[in-house]
Amino acid sequence: MILHVSIYISLVLFGISIILFLYRVIKGFFLADRVLALDCIGIALVSIAALISMMQNTPVFVDVLLIIGLLAFIGTVSYARFEEKGQVIVRDRTKS
Amino acid sequence: MKWIPDLGINYVLRLDGLSLLFVLLITGIGTLVTLYSIFYLSKKKEQLHYFYAYLAIFMTAMLGLVLSDNMMVLYLFWEMTSISSFLLIGYWHKRERSRYGAKKALYITVFGGLMMLGGMAILSNLAGSFSIQTVIARAAAFSDSPYFILAMIFIMLGAFTKSAQFPFHIWLPDAMEAPTPISAYLHSATMVKAGLYLIARMTPVFAPTHQSWSVTIMIVGLVTLFWGAFNALKQVDLKAILAYSTISQLGLIMSLLGLGSNALREANGFYVAALAAALLHLFNHATFKGALFMVVGIIDHETGTRDIRRLGGLMNVMPLAATLAFVGTFAMAGIPPFNGFISKEMFLESFVHLSSIDAPTLSTLSYIFLFVAWIASVITFVYSMILFFRPFTGKQKPWLQPKRATHTPLGMAFSPLVLIVLVIVSGLFPNLFANRLITPAIHSVKTTLNPSYELHLALWHGFTPALWLTIAIIAVGTVLAVTYLKWKPAIQKRYRHTFAWNDVYNRGNYYFEKLSYRSMTTVMNGNLRFYLIILFMTFILMTLVGVLTTDSLDFSMIKLTKIDVLDVLIFIATAIVLLAIMLSKARLTSVILLGALGYLIAIMFMVARAPDIALTQLVVETISVILYLLAFRFLPQIGKDEEKITPFSWRLWISLGVGFVMFMVVFSSFNTTFFDSVLSPYFIENAYTLGGGKNVVNVTLVDFRGFDTFFESAVLTIAAICIYSLVRLRLNKGDKQHEE
Repeated sequence: MILHVSIYISLVLFGISIILFLYRVIKGFFLADRVLALDCIGIALVSIAALISMMQNTPVFVDVLLIIGLLAFIGTVSYARFEEKGQVIVRDRTKS
Repeated sequence: MKWIPDLGINYVLRLDGLSLLFVLLITGIGTLVTLYSIFYLSKKKEQLHYFYAYLAIFMTAMLGLVLSDNMMVLYLFWEMTSISSFLLIGYWHKRERSRYGAKKALYITVFGGLMMLGGMAILSNLAGSFSIQTVIARAAAFSDSPYFILAMIFIMLGAFTKSAQFPFHIWLPDAMEAPTPISAYLHSATMVKAGLYLIARMTPVFAPTHQSWSVTIMIVGLVTLFWGAFNALKQVDLKAILAYSTISQLGLIMSLLGLGSNALREANGFYVAALAAALLHLFNHATFKGALFMVVGIIDHETGTRDIRRLGGLMNVMPLAATLAFVGTFAMAGIPPFNGFISKEMFLESFVHLSSIDAPTLSTLSYIFLFVAWIASVITFVYSMILFFRPFTGKQKPWLQPKRATHTPLGMAFSPLVLIVLVIVSGLFPNLFANRLITPAIHSVKTTLNPSYELHLALWHGFTPALWLTIAIIAVGTVLAVTYLKWKPAIQKRYRHTFAWNDVYNRGNYYFEKLSYRSMTTVMNGNLRFYLIILFMTFILMTLVGVLTTDSLDFSMIKLTKIDVLDVLIFIATAIVLLAIMLSKARLTSVILLGALGYLIAIMFMVARAPDIALTQLVVETISVILYLLAFRFLPQIGKDEEKITPFSWRLWISLGVGFVMFMVVFSSFNTTFFDSVLSPYFIENAYTLGGGKNVVNVTLVDFRGFDTFFESAVLTIAAICIYSLVRLRLNKGDKQHEE
């Protein structure tokens, strides 16, 4: 019972934190701010997914955790690359 | 002969008195016209094979029209006459006026033909048969039906357009651009009489029960009679005079048919006489009008002009043509001893009788009718005199004529000669033709007539009121014809634009074209946003109307589950993201926010316990965001002239409306499940035993519903191939910018 309540509380906290991250995404000063906030949302999502799987007492969300971690990384890297070079896949490597 | 027996459409021919009269006219005058056209048309300059092909088509169609008993076959032949007439009017298709006239004739007659088809469809529905004889036999049974009147109107429209009745007469003068043999054949003797044939044929259906049939036809005929005669006065072209005179004479026959159709309702001898007069004049008109057209053709052929202001004194040059024209015009004017006199006399007599009997509905109007008929006859006399005396007497004006007038060619004069002989013979010995041709025709219109009925025609039948009227016509007409040059310019000037129905036609055409152009350019403006607005508005309207009129909304909250704090938080986050997407000014922000939205949806899936979907959603969302970024360089910035979202903008309200309607429908449909789902428990129970897997979603995708998955993979493949080909083709075009 205590576990359930604490999971619930932490879920709500993560929800609030996502809303706050979103504020940063919307009101970001630079693109980097937004991308960073988005990355944070991804990590928060990992936690939320884990909490949900605990709450629903099921192991099926474990895949989701891994995928989110992976995707957040890939997404952030592609944004970063986009910021650096103006496009995500650069064909001509000599120019980079 | 069977054609489409399943639909009751068979090729049934029926020859009775009325058909026989028409068949003889068509074949007889057809032969003469063919003979005449051999001499009229040049063998070298003209494409004669077309001419005779069209003419033969027309002749066939006309014969089929008067002979067929099946209404659908009649309609088929009716349209065939319209089309072949179109081809013949436009025979000299390099002339602009010919094409104009042909188009006009086609529009008007096909309009009437379609109306007639409607009328016949109604009749055949009511009677249960396409056969005219069956319809006649059963007509009394369904004459109370409201559709009966509609059928009557439709059939009248068909007949009036074909027979150039007011106000559909406008195509006939323009059809004079056709070669003269065609004008003689189609536009005086046969095709324009198809409407009269139809009226006569349908009289036994409508006339016994409806007086409006008779009265309408009579009034329309009289108006046409007067209007055509009056317009003929204004013309300077010989063929135009003849065209309007044809209109006028057709009106005369039409009014007599209308009057005569009373005979089927009331047993009164003079109604039958009116019918006889109609059919007799139909025959007479075909003879003398055909001859007159041919004579005009000869004049045209020999002098090169048809303008009466340029012609004069031709009597000495072409005495034969003058003789023919003399008989023809005097027959048209209704002067003894030619056949026009007899039928004109019977015409006047019919209207004199009409005013003398005490028909309750017609008594007041009948005097007006008589007066109009008399005036029209006077005008007919006047233009007939002009038609003869202007070209043939007076001074010769060779300097005004393109060609030097010579003798009448005998080959060309032969056909009108035969017709004129017919005019004289049937004038002098009227009973010769009447009891062989006209009486059977009357019998077939009025089937209940005493079989021993016989016509007694004579040039002289005592001092009847009609004779005095004729004398008055000749007297007044002579005065008018002599003073013709004095008042003609005044009429031409004063009434040139009064009731110009041609203008109505031309402007109608113009405005219809303009209207359709305008409406097309307004509706199909190529603006995608506009189309979307229309699409969404239609969606809103249709859904709202559908939902509200059927009273199917259900907002009871029985089935709702409890709401968590977590749900509320996700909802708030989603709402914020959505608002931000709408309000964001830079495209990059929108793309990032779209990604955030996708992740939020993935959380929703997780909360709703759908791990597979959440997984897929995450991957797909990431990939699509990356795709956006890939294409980002090529995307345009959000324009500065983008419409601001104001409370008054259409788009805001439409999107709100769509959202509201969708919400309403989804919410209410959630509440109205009519039966419990059968499939879900089945899938859950049998996933392991039948599918051999514990993941129900995956088992459903690949086992229970494998076909959907298969085609979705196909969709993905197609998309991949498309993208590849799009990119490759673009490179092949040599777009250097992306060929790094």
